[in-house]
Amino acid sequence: MKTLALAFALLSTATALAQSPSYRVPRTPDGQPDIQGFWTNSTYTPLERPKGVTKEFYTAAEAEALIKKAAQGESAQTTPGTPADVHYDFSQFGLDRSQSTFVRSLRTSLIVDPPDGKIPPLTEEGKRRLAAREAEQKKLGGRWDSAESNQLDDRCLIMVGAGPPMMDAAYNANYHIVQTAGYVMILTEMIHDARIIPLDGRAAPDQKVRQWMGVSRGRWDGDTLVVETTNFNAKNPFNGSDENLKVIERFRRVADDAIEYRFTIDDPTMWVRTWTAESALKKTVGPIFEHACHEGNFGLYNTLVGARLEEQRAAEEAARKGAK
Amino acid sequence: MPNRSLIATSAALLMAAGVSMAQAPQTPAPARPAAAPAYRAPRTADGKPNLNGIWQAMNTANWDLEAHSAAPSPIKEFGTTGAIPGGSGVVDGGTIPYLPDALKKKKENQANRLKLDPEVKCYLPGVPRAVYMPYPFQILQSTKHIMMLHEYAGAVRTVYMTDQTEAPADSWMGWSNGKWEGETLVVDTKGFNDLSWFDRSGNFHSDALHVVERFTPRSADTLNYEATIEDSKTFSRPWKISMPLYRHVEPNAQIMEFRCVEFVEDLLYGHLRKQPTSK
Amino acid sequence: MRHQTLVSAVVVSVVIAIAMAATSSVAGQSAPLEKPRAVAKAVAPTKAYTPPKTPDGQPDLQGFWTNSTYVPLERPNNVTKEFYTKEEAEAAMKRAAERESEQTEPGTTADVHYDFTQFGLDRSQSTFATSFRTSQVYDPPDGKVPPMTAEGQKRVQERNAARKTAGGQYDDVKNMPIGSRCIIMGGAGPPLQNAGYNANYQIVQGAGYVMILTEMIHDARIIPIDNRPAPPSGVRQWTGISRGHYEGNTLVVETTNFNGKNPFRNGSENMKVIERFTRVADDAIEYKFTIDDPSTWTRAWSAELPLVKTGGPIFEFACHESNFGIANILAGAREDEKKAAEQKKGSSN
Repeated sequence: MKTLALAFALLSTATALAQSPSYRVPRTPDGQPDIQGFWTNSTYTPLERPKGVTKEFYTAAEAEALIKKAAQGESAQTTPGTPADVHYDFSQFGLDRSQSTFVRSLRTSLIVDPPDGKIPPLTEEGKRRLAAREAEQKKLGGRWDSAESNQLDDRCLIMVGAGPPMMDAAYNANYHIVQTAGYVMILTEMIHDARIIPLDGRAAPDQKVRQWMGVSRGRWDGDTLVVETTNFNAKNPFNGSDENLKVIERFRRVADDAIEYRFTIDDPTMWVRTWTAESALKKTVGPIFEHACHEGNFGLYNTLVGARLEEQRAAEEAARKGAK
Repeated sequence: MPNRSLIATSAALLMAAGVSMAQAPQTPAPARPAAAPAYRAPRTADGKPNLNGIWQAMNTANWDLEAHSAAPSPIKEFGTTGAIPGGSGVVDGGTIPYLPDALKKKKENQANRLKLDPEVKCYLPGVPRAVYMPYPFQILQSTKHIMMLHEYAGAVRTVYMTDQTEAPADSWMGWSNGKWEGETLVVDTKGFNDLSWFDRSGNFHSDALHVVERFTPRSADTLNYEATIEDSKTFSRPWKISMPLYRHVEPNAQIMEFRCVEFVEDLLYGHLRKQPTSK
Repeated sequence: MRHQTLVSAVVVSVVIAIAMAATSSVAGQSAPLEKPRAVAKAVAPTKAYTPPKTPDGQPDLQGFWTNSTYVPLERPNNVTKEFYTKEEAEAAMKRAAERESEQTEPGTTADVHYDFTQFGLDRSQSTFATSFRTSQVYDPPDGKVPPMTAEGQKRVQERNAARKTAGGQYDDVKNMPIGSRCIIMGGAGPPLQNAGYNANYQIVQGAGYVMILTEMIHDARIIPIDNRPAPPSGVRQWTGISRGHYEGNTLVVETTNFNGKNPFRNGSENMKVIERFTRVADDAIEYKFTIDDPSTWTRAWSAELPLVKTGGPIFEFACHESNFGIANILAGAREDEKKAAEQKKGSSN
């Protein structure tokens, strides 16, 4: 839960991000384009274009209406007496996006390529792998049968925001970027995941090294930071990706308070073609507080205890009925 | 005497290895410290590069010489304290060139590590494993003998700089003869038994093992360490590992006792304990 | 297969180690009993001898040495003088050597375990240090370890009682002698004591350090000679922690921080051992030690035994790695129990 105050003002109403020709990116002391600071990618824009929408951009009025509707949907979670309300009171603790800084865009989807705004079709191999993975997951039983069968984020292993690619984490979608000679570091607030990206042109490590967040290597292409990430362990698939996933991210500061963020997903065993999305990092206020997820993970424990208790009660009930 | 013929055989193998080593294709080196500018070490009183000190590797080679990802503890109760940290590997070219049957055995070793790893049983570590175990070792240098005194299991290696002989018999730590090549201490070790491993991942060798190590000062407090490993019964060609070693600079650094036999007695002999007589 | 290899490796290593020691002594001098080496009242510095120096200026103590000797720690009960005559010393040695070879009488258990005469395990086959001394202990002048304090006596009683409650020697590996368990052997000390066999040491000196390697269980004592203090009393080790310095040509080593699990003559963990190494000839080091443990003895006491040059090198003594003995003894004890239980059952039927 977020305890530090965030900015409540809705900052920008810009449409798609575009660098003003007069904008000069500041430099770090060692001459890198400066992208340091506290940023968020919180947004109401979906990754894929909603069904029924055929255009790439909404009008400003359409976009505002959709944001309003989505924000109302979020606060509906807090209807007193619902489980969602007991779990997280969205309106009180600033967990809904509209209370904090968020990225506004007229885009109907983050995906810009393919032009239909959808993730491309799976390859035959991709379909086979996905089915195998689902079968594997089924073997673990129901979600609450064990800790291992639960979701990665409920287990405090990794959250969606860390990526790569970095995606809106629904709440606490905050990042801290720090640069030093030869390195860019991106700290994800959620589960304090820090990605340390060397810029010295070194090769990716041996294929035997596999990590949840892969291994990232960066370089500057003009004012754009290009980060390639490989060596994923495929335990945290991005929309179904596998261990052959390569993520190419491009960070370009387009204003004092905005970084254009594009990423390309290249995973030929899963998808028939590469695909690309565009989002933005919006400046937000710091500092970022410690997100000690696992250390306070009473939720997982209590959920499992609750599930075992319910099973016990059901068994007792069944025994009573059988006795009659 | 079988021992004699063994020595003769390994000597012949070594000569053959010398040739094939020269012809082996150069494999790309893994990421390691950029070649340090030629460094001249301080000298001992007898004029040799001074390697005296307490040294330790700072890597995960003892878990796995090859590159590897982090992995959980093989024993649940150890939680994170027994977990395996990931590492980029120390093998030049990335992969150990096993012969097919040997690779099979390596995998069996790895799968049965808790039963088979000599380290689990507090057995002597062998060479080069002693050098990169997560324990310090002290180099104590005299003109005739250079001692390598390891904290783990109190393992000891005498490097003979003079009075060099063949190994009188096979042993865990082998028989080491050394020489100086400029700034580098070159240690040639043979006469191994086939019982020690290279790491906790089941990488192993036969009694035909021949190790040539190079200790080169690279700064006041670091050494470059290289070991070329040759064993024609196990590997298709000689291969090399390399890593820096770091000096313990804290003033109270010393090799402590790690008399681990006592720690493993229950594991090894506990099943032979007299059971309380039943009533 | 693996087992087979291991066994043969062990046999080979034992044979080689023994053969090396035996060869060196034969090559080094004629049979010691006929012509005991360095038979002197005690090894004492001759005025003329100046010890060589290491390149960094330490008195040079390096090389391979043995403290194998027939001189007992304490003076035998019926002996009252400090030194034997030459004839008496030779006779005493001869008696002791004969006793050792008795162990190998064919068919006895001792013979099966170690054939002393064949493998050179008796002292007389290898280099050993001779002396006219009737005991290693020279202070107190009666040649005996001084009386124990009340606290010391109480500790011995408690240790004995604890041993009794732990059960028989073969009930559990923890009840067996630490030498059999390959944890530490008598020779390592400190103080260095004759280990019965393989009583060999290698001394190597490097800038700022003296290292004493004990052949048995490859115990290396690394002694800094830079006047650093002993570590805090929370750090305790089987062989304690040694600090050295030179007094003239004598290396003085003080050892404290014992863990008390390997008590020398029932000493306590508070024991302080002060050793003095003085090279008195090319082939001899005078070795004296003082035991200072007021919680055990009514006074400090001192002893002397020589270190004499022997042939190198020292081979790997991998004791634990091939400790079939301990597993077999325990397995045998369990088997005996099973048989006894079956017999009892059979006779009660």
